[in-house]
Amino acid sequence: MSAELRPNLVALATIVHREIRRFMRIWPQTLLPPAITMVLYFVIFGRLIGARIGDMGGFSYMAYIVPGLIMMSVITNAYANVVSSFFGTKFHRSIEELLVSPVSPHVILSGFVLGGIARGLAVALIVTLLSMFFTDLQIHHLGVTVLVMLLTATIFSLGGFINAVFARNFDDISIVPTFVLTPLTYLGGVFYSINLLPPFWQSVSLANPILHMVNAFRYGILGVSDIRIGVAISFMLVAVAVLYFACIRLLVSGRGMRQ
Amino acid sequence: MSSALSIRQLTKTYGNGFQALKGIDLDVAEGDFFALLGPNGAGKSTTIGILSTLVNKTGGTVQVFGHDLDRDPSGLKRCLGVVPQEFNFNQFEKAFDILVTQAGYYGIPARIAKARAEQYLKQLGLWDKRDVPSRMLSGGMKRRLMIARALIHHPRLLILDEPTAGVDIELRRSMWSFLTELNKEGITIILTTHYLEEAEQLCRNIGIIDQGRIVKNTSMRELLKQLHVETFLLDLKESQLVPPELGAYPAKLVDHHTLEVQVEKSQGVTELFRLLAAQGIEVLSLRNKTNRLEELFVSLVENNLPKGAK
Repeated sequence: MSAELRPNLVALATIVHREIRRFMRIWPQTLLPPAITMVLYFVIFGRLIGARIGDMGGFSYMAYIVPGLIMMSVITNAYANVVSSFFGTKFHRSIEELLVSPVSPHVILSGFVLGGIARGLAVALIVTLLSMFFTDLQIHHLGVTVLVMLLTATIFSLGGFINAVFARNFDDISIVPTFVLTPLTYLGGVFYSINLLPPFWQSVSLANPILHMVNAFRYGILGVSDIRIGVAISFMLVAVAVLYFACIRLLVSGRGMRQ
Repeated sequence: MSSALSIRQLTKTYGNGFQALKGIDLDVAEGDFFALLGPNGAGKSTTIGILSTLVNKTGGTVQVFGHDLDRDPSGLKRCLGVVPQEFNFNQFEKAFDILVTQAGYYGIPARIAKARAEQYLKQLGLWDKRDVPSRMLSGGMKRRLMIARALIHHPRLLILDEPTAGVDIELRRSMWSFLTELNKEGITIILTTHYLEEAEQLCRNIGIIDQGRIVKNTSMRELLKQLHVETFLLDLKESQLVPPELGAYPAKLVDHHTLEVQVEKSQGVTELFRLLAAQGIEVLSLRNKTNRLEELFVSLVENNLPKGAK
């Protein structure tokens, strides 16, 4: 192992371990709320209202919304983990511990992103287990399911990182989740197929990136989708590359971190 | 002896146009215990910020043990430990975890990091607080924790920005002794402080920075030689209503039992005591009115003020 690689791997493991330790330490704030919220969705939308809606896409309404709800948990938790953790390090000035050390920007970014992915996956696992009390969950394509979940968690972890870099106070880290992510998620096909929409709104919906992620994930689990899987995965790969590049630029420039 | 720190023409202009550093040249030899002094806003923290890469420089070069800040920042950072003025650790983390995590950032495996964390926490009297969240520690403990954190990767150059600010006298003296031991072990130390007694006690060389420029860079001994006049306070046994006649020694009564006398180095105090004894005035004790370095520091900084600013 090269002289530079080993210390960087130790540093990466340190950041990831610290990130996981952080969200596990405050599990009543990080892991419990999404579990409660999703159970409410399953009961109200899936069982009570869903029973009157009937089938959607060839599946019971409950089975249809489960992939979307898992994806919704991944999106919100991956984003929330990185934005709050990285902004917290800026707020406490403990970001200086990282900046004075020889950790490369790639390692810093990867550490926070892996922390976001870890929380996204932890919540996804909890929600998936809970969903099994309400429906029989079978995976149509394991590879697509895992890939889409990882790419989605990565995209929103990177997004959370950018938000944290620009945030100046705690209000700034809640604006994007409240006014951007939540509306896009609700309009992203979590609860319905866009085939129910008039043609104009179907076209408008295609501009919503979350629609592609939700449908790609639904394809992985149920085998049905409103959009083409190849396009969705390509779009996500490009998004990861663009966001990663933007994050590295911000870290190297020291924006919001160095004077 | 090789150079631990070499700074050439270092400049920093902030976004608002304020020029904090105006071309600083500074050399600190390996193994030195160096004091960097200056009034508030002189540029000390900016200089330290640039060394630790928390502040981007505008111009100039910085080298730490030959590692250039621009060409080899990673190598420079490995040689450097910084204890900042403000607490900058996660207040929710435990003291032990803070040290092990910091070691991890330097690529130190957990097993070694834990052993070092134990060593420094014990040396700095924090071992029994290892599992306490850092926000629960006292100010002095937090400061010691930052020193332990700065040492965890075994730096060759340790920079401390006012490490004993707000620390009680007993603790301050134990920190002095700890830092002296570190220096004896070969770690080069740069210290900024407002306690000039601290600089005089600990440091062999001194740089005085004012308005973004180094106005003095010499040995402590040479600097103190420049002190021509010292002010002494004499505690008198008997009450005095008017100052005694002391010839060439300017004197005034602070109160009926305290006499303030200015003594030039060339004069000495023998003649002063003879004059006092001749007038039947008995002196109980004698002390410096101000720290010697403080007198020099004030005169240097005042001399550096723009005309009319005094």
